[in-house]
Amino acid sequence: MTNHGTVEAPLYGLMAEFDNPTAVLEATRRAYAAGYRRMDAYSPYPIEELSDALGFHKTRVPLVVLIGGLLGGLSGYLLQYWISVISYPLNVGGRPYHSWPAFIIVTFEMTILFGGISAVVGMLALNGLPMPYHPVFNNPRFSSASRDRFYLCIEAADPQFDREHTGSFMQSLNAVDVAEVVH
Amino acid sequence: MQQGPDEKTVLKERLLPGQSPVLTAGHTFGTITDKISWIVLRRPLTLGWVFGFAVAFGLLNLLMLAIGYLVFRGTGIWGINIPVGWGFAIINFVWWIGIGHAGTLISAILLLLKQNWRNSINRFAEAMTLFAVASAAIFPLIHTGRPWLAAYWLFPYPNTMGVWPQFRSPLIWDVFAVSTYGTISALFWYVGLIPDMATFRDSAKNVWTRRIYGLLSMGWRGSARHWKRYESTYLLLAGMSTPLVLSVHTVVSFDFAISVLPGWHATIFPPYFVAGAIYSGFAMVLVLAIPIRHFYGLKDMITERHLDNAAKVMLATGLIVGYGYLMEAFFAYYSANGFERFMYLNRAFGPYGWSFWTLIATNILIPQALWLRKVRLSPPKLFLISIVVLIGMWFERFVIVVTSLHRDFLPSSWGTYVPTRWDIATFVGTLGLFFSAMFLFIRIMPMISIFEMRTLLPEAEVKEEVAAHD
Repeated sequence: MTNHGTVEAPLYGLMAEFDNPTAVLEATRRAYAAGYRRMDAYSPYPIEELSDALGFHKTRVPLVVLIGGLLGGLSGYLLQYWISVISYPLNVGGRPYHSWPAFIIVTFEMTILFGGISAVVGMLALNGLPMPYHPVFNNPRFSSASRDRFYLCIEAADPQFDREHTGSFMQSLNAVDVAEVVH
Repeated sequence: MQQGPDEKTVLKERLLPGQSPVLTAGHTFGTITDKISWIVLRRPLTLGWVFGFAVAFGLLNLLMLAIGYLVFRGTGIWGINIPVGWGFAIINFVWWIGIGHAGTLISAILLLLKQNWRNSINRFAEAMTLFAVASAAIFPLIHTGRPWLAAYWLFPYPNTMGVWPQFRSPLIWDVFAVSTYGTISALFWYVGLIPDMATFRDSAKNVWTRRIYGLLSMGWRGSARHWKRYESTYLLLAGMSTPLVLSVHTVVSFDFAISVLPGWHATIFPPYFVAGAIYSGFAMVLVLAIPIRHFYGLKDMITERHLDNAAKVMLATGLIVGYGYLMEAFFAYYSANGFERFMYLNRAFGPYGWSFWTLIATNILIPQALWLRKVRLSPPKLFLISIVVLIGMWFERFVIVVTSLHRDFLPSSWGTYVPTRWDIATFVGTLGLFFSAMFLFIRIMPMISIFEMRTLLPEAEVKEEVAAHD
């Protein structure tokens, strides 16, 4: 990392590059232990331990799916009830209008449909996607994050962030490369 | 998707003697990425692809022609009439939707069971599901003759006539089951594609290619927080797809089983339909996988292990199907019902007896060759058997639909069914639709899930002993 001292471009953060998952995990744990919180790690495939190391343990996706699924099932059943009993009652062989066993299948399908849609929409919304621009892509080396490299980025917005101090901390992490990321 | 070291099947020392690995040794994160993205981003158009696509696209045009003429003239151009009102259209519908089931089984059920060999075949199997569901969905729609008038009794929407669908009918259950299945399969497939679209975005050289894949990747950047939510979503979708896929063919079987017709009214239908669906689906997976691994040089990613496993699934589900046939015969005998008994004898020895015996030969007898390891490991033989199974499963639906309908309770209402050239054109046309879509898919999308292949590598493991020391 070079520091010219007079760079005026707003800094997003400092990014360290690693060539194996163990190194990025170790670096993330050390950064967390050093008190950094506004940071993120990037990898080309999911690494369970990495989000734990960032202090991110629970997602709200399952809750979103539960609510979506319940709403779907409820609306599916009520739709059939309203149509078959209230709006358009049909007498088929004297069977009851509210023939609930026949309604189970559509209720089930609607539960899955709403649950599935809310899982995907919920995941994207919580992740803030789609996001056409993000500063991390300003690091030209970052294109390897979808290939074979691992990154840790400590953001300038972190209260502990200090260009000099954080920079030398990141140099001590056995990184392949450390770079400044501008907005 | 995170598997423990004991489940890794790429390492030699963990394999049984003679067993192929899921991924041949020597790959790294980079080579996996390059090899799969090369097919789409760098590989020049080959004559073989152009020829294959041209044939499939020609058949797709035949489908357009057949549907156009159907809309112009009505369902009278088909061979259907009373008593056989469900001819090719329903046979093909059930056949196609069954084929789709293997894709969901591979992507969802095998994920939950931590069968990591699925990682190299799930992507194109999911694509296969989507295109098979699309091919299937055409049939019930055009079977109504005038699909634009059928919407009000298929879908609950407020209309000026003030009428609503009949929710006690299995045909409406079918509409909900198939449309939910199609939607969830598309979502599952797309969610799986997002990280790979990001890989394509980052390695494409052409600026427009980069923009299009960038758009499709939604700005995915591989953040650990995103991966956490992503994994949770992927697992939840798998968990929901599992009962869904079992329910779809169950509901399809209700179309038959809820009726009172001998040969349809059987409680064994749901499980045996689901087994048959997976049977034909794995046959289609092999029909696609064997040429793909050959022509695209992917034998290191789709190894003999995959062929062997798929063949074993086929063998097992084929035996369940055979048990279903046996039980149908037993039901007919044990019911002590004259109509049921007649139905079965007529099925085997009546005017359509040839179709029954074709079914027994292609679906039960010939696939028994899969017991032999030699056959399971020979791609040409496996390819042939898969085609035979696909033919057999088509005949199963033919036998169920036609032999049950053509002679019911009253001999005065008996009849025969002969498909016309338009029936055949529509069926062959959907093969064109399916294969055109598959050909396009392998050119523009990663046909093997790149990020899931990376997790198969030994170096994808975090070495805890080192990291824990901090």
